Amino acid sequence: MRDIAVVATAHSAVTSTTETPVESLVPVLNEVLANAGLQRSDVGFWCHGSCDYMIGQPFSFVQAVDALGAWPPIVESHVEMDGAWAMYEAWMKIATGECDTAVVFGNGKSSSADMFAVMALQLDPYTDAPLGLDQVSMAGLQARAALDAGVISERGMAEVAARSRRNAMTNPHALVSGEVSVDELLAAPRLHDPLRMHDLPTPGDGVSALVLAAGDVARSISDRPAWIRAIDHRIDAQRLGGRNLATVASATEAARRCGVGDGRIDVAEIHAPFTHEELLLTAALGIDPSVTEINPSGGALVSNVLMAAGLARVAHAAERVMHGTADRVLAHATQGPCLQQNLVCVMEGE
Amino acid sequence: MTDASDTDPGYALAPDGSFTAPLTLAYPYSRTVGPTYGRFLTGLAEGRFVATVGSDGRVFVPPAEFDPTTGQALDQWVDIAAEGTVESWSWQPEPSDAQPLDHPFAWVLVRLDGADTALLHVCDVPDPGAMETGMRVRARFVDGADPGMGALECFEPIGDDAGNDGGDRS
Repeated sequence: MRDIAVVATAHSAVTSTTETPVESLVPVLNEVLANAGLQRSDVGFWCHGSCDYMIGQPFSFVQAVDALGAWPPIVESHVEMDGAWAMYEAWMKIATGECDTAVVFGNGKSSSADMFAVMALQLDPYTDAPLGLDQVSMAGLQARAALDAGVISERGMAEVAARSRRNAMTNPHALVSGEVSVDELLAAPRLHDPLRMHDLPTPGDGVSALVLAAGDVARSISDRPAWIRAIDHRIDAQRLGGRNLATVASATEAARRCGVGDGRIDVAEIHAPFTHEELLLTAALGIDPSVTEINPSGGALVSNVLMAAGLARVAHAAERVMHGTADRVLAHATQGPCLQQNLVCVMEGE
Repeated sequence: MTDASDTDPGYALAPDGSFTAPLTLAYPYSRTVGPTYGRFLTGLAEGRFVATVGSDGRVFVPPAEFDPTTGQALDQWVDIAAEGTVESWSWQPEPSDAQPLDHPFAWVLVRLDGADTALLHVCDVPDPGAMETGMRVRARFVDGADPGMGALECFEPIGDDAGNDGGDRS
């Protein structure tokens, strides 16, 4: 197996933009290429994650090719998934020897419609989607199941929110940040019972991008590449009433296959738009919060750019390795209703 | 050059120069639901629940078309009660037009008596204080409805055992 690493990253996130996706993509792609010292003609493969339902135009993702430059011909692909899954495809493309470098990017524009409502369309089209179950209510069903099972507490959820906002103070791409006490958060009403407003993510418009490179190409780009030692993704049953919502079996299986427990994890970037999700995933992934720094970026709670927030976790975790402030890190991304699909990636410095 | 806002009130030019246009997100396809969902959704229009039975005896509602363990097509059907137990719930303070009720309600996962999976739907109660995990609910059907999820209006609490103080789960 070839050694493959993350060697450069770039992000943007704002509360709302009037830019088209192409206008938002170009500066971030230029930045990630500059960070890697690459020209567009050096890139072996481009892989994109986004969701046409958000824009409301079938095949609108094809417009993104304008941001890449389609002539001379390029090799590119798209997944109707978070950019983290685009990274998986690019990783495989490099692993099979088809190319040595890849630019991976994910983007989303949450402000163009009510994304919590749009996400109802990912449910079973005959029995569940017609009910219009929005993403917040969906999350509430899982939070209640976990609270009732006694595996999480409302105080624990508020602690996640408080820590995420505190960590966000050093993340220039965070959309909400600051010091807030857990008791203050718990004093708020359960507007979406059992969820309080601090349990919900702050939506954003933006882009995350990273460059993958193989072996010596990676070493020539970065002084300290973040080597991908393991990557895996697994899927739980789609139907919410057909699985135990207080556990995340697919995340546990992906973590096991990545050997997460084989050594110390310095930093874990966990894709958890809702507070209870971080608690469920920390347990499911086998992360020990007393050893591992969890979501030092503030996570998706403070900047939920749909279809980019998972890739952002990989990028932020890789940045810690590249900056030399961590040796072994975990990145996680999720998709689907109530943590249905989970991707785990373990990266190390050399 | 014509100003679109003169002819279509949905278009607007904001003071900052940005142009806005309406966009309705809709996917108005009609598809056949097939023999398994067809039987289930037709049952709803008749005011009853039908379910499929898996190779291990598990009862699926909504029905599973294929056995999750063996992959075999499932063709054994059973009737299921229109009453059940709430396994989880969340409160909807501001329903959207797409949702089943036009006033605040609870989303519920209901395990109907005789089933081994839970059905997603809504429960018609006045406030979250009337909800509790484990409470008993019964289905309320729409008389004369066409086959489809629209034939099941909602669930409602059974008897006087509904309601608590919301609890302190901190």
